[in-house]
Amino acid sequence: MTTVKDVCRHVRSKNAGPYWVTFDLFFDGPESFEKHHANPALGPQLFQRLFGADPALVRHYPVADLNVVKISYARTSPQGGVVERDMHCGQQFVRLLDVRLD
Amino acid sequence: MLEGPIKIIVPCGSLGAGVHEDEVRRGLEMGAHAIATDAGSTDSGAAYLALGVSKNNRASVKRDLAILMKAGAEAGIPVIVGTSGQAGGDKNVDWTRDIALEIAGELGLKPKIALLYSEQDKAALKARNAAGAIRPLAPLGPLDDATIDACDHIVAVLGAEPYVAALEAGADLILGGRTTDTAVLSSFALLKGAPWGPAWHAAKIAECGSQCAVYRTKGAGVLISIDAEGFEVEPLSLENRCDPHSVSAHMLYENANPFLLTEPGGVLDVTAARYAALDDRRVRVTGSVWDEKPYTLKLEGAGSGGFQTLMLIGIQDPEVLSRLDEFHDKMLAALNHRVQTTIGEAAGDYNISLRLYGWNAVSGDRPPEGTPAPREVGVMFVATAATQEMATQIAKACNAWFFHFPIVEDDELPSYGFAFTPADIERGAVYEFKLNHVIAIDDPMALARTTWIDLTKKEAA
Repeated sequence: MTTVKDVCRHVRSKNAGPYWVTFDLFFDGPESFEKHHANPALGPQLFQRLFGADPALVRHYPVADLNVVKISYARTSPQGGVVERDMHCGQQFVRLLDVRLD
Repeated sequence: MLEGPIKIIVPCGSLGAGVHEDEVRRGLEMGAHAIATDAGSTDSGAAYLALGVSKNNRASVKRDLAILMKAGAEAGIPVIVGTSGQAGGDKNVDWTRDIALEIAGELGLKPKIALLYSEQDKAALKARNAAGAIRPLAPLGPLDDATIDACDHIVAVLGAEPYVAALEAGADLILGGRTTDTAVLSSFALLKGAPWGPAWHAAKIAECGSQCAVYRTKGAGVLISIDAEGFEVEPLSLENRCDPHSVSAHMLYENANPFLLTEPGGVLDVTAARYAALDDRRVRVTGSVWDEKPYTLKLEGAGSGGFQTLMLIGIQDPEVLSRLDEFHDKMLAALNHRVQTTIGEAAGDYNISLRLYGWNAVSGDRPPEGTPAPREVGVMFVATAATQEMATQIAKACNAWFFHFPIVEDDELPSYGFAFTPADIERGAVYEFKLNHVIAIDDPMALARTTWIDLTKKEAA
């Protein structure tokens, strides 16, 4: 069993403006990047399941030069709103760490 | 274009974050032609726009601005500040203007100051909206008048043109309203005829100062040097360095798309950009492309979405901790029932949430079955209602239940650990961004208002 945290040297999440959240998965090398960056386990359904995201508003950008995949989704509740628990979305990455890639 | 590269000091990630005077001096010695920085963003939320206040304390902003104004005056180069006062609304700009005037008076400086306001009149926006000039960006839908009315302040996020115009008119100091970070940093290079691809890309890389360098904690600023084919970036601290990885990785930061950056009047495309080390401190970037588009400005609007009152308890009772999710659900139901039976319909459209710090407060998710209980949790009670008074009335109605609610009915009433008296804390308004729209304009200056304060023409500041 391989999880995200097994093949990434760093994973982070952050606001990208008030309406989008972006995740950067820094793979531990080109081999891991090639093997896992397009894994369906990291697809829109994951973000729907974990964050309630609209799958049509999940974007996926491989950045081969950096061995990074960037995944962004539109927030479902406004930044700083009534039910806010993570204003800057800085802790949202934690839920990706144990996602199984195989 | 100037002879040789156009050099711009970006002294920090945001005005007030801590400019290093020695770094600014080094930048001047390296022949900088301008100093540019933003002073805010949307990152810290809607309150700063809605209230017109800064996130930074006044003394921090004054300290940084004084260093930059002094350096600009000594070298005879312009100082360019965008998104003044955190949010760039008119009140935020005026707050920064007053600090600048105080500095000028204290240091005996006489800059020609351009103030670029970008706050928008609601009636004018409604008219433009009715004419079809405003369109939504995902995930929001079309704009209606009620949403415009619900905002306390609305700004247009300016592009480079008002800055270029102010520089052309001889500004020594520009204090801009809400502007894209990149436009603030690219404007001087655009004025001097730099190619647009490298100018905008250099600005994007330098927007957070030394964050594009290898070490985040060494120094605050960078120098960007833009020429006909590309640009170079180097940290202003001799203890820091840039490498191709640190520079290219900055395109990922706070940006949904790492290759395309939409700006007023075009899109920066870095898909084909190449990053090469010039030596152990400097990186050269080539291949940046500016793709011109019809001119649009993004709109940002912020307003209140109700008021909140908080209470906070700590729980160490092992019986409660062993059944936390059950406790959360039962207590939340009891509190809502309590509000309905005591306040009833008068409570209006209210919300209560319980956030279990130490357990699942950040996610709100149920931890997996069998997750061991922590030694204690903090439970934050958040009541949201249409008025502050009603939010507090809801908290007061819940107080005894929140304090004493047992995990097992009919057990002796427990008393949880309240930290304060009075127990309820009025937090004030909840602020939200309400707009995510762009407005199409023919003239890039159409939504900017420039006013001047020329201290050379005044007796004293």
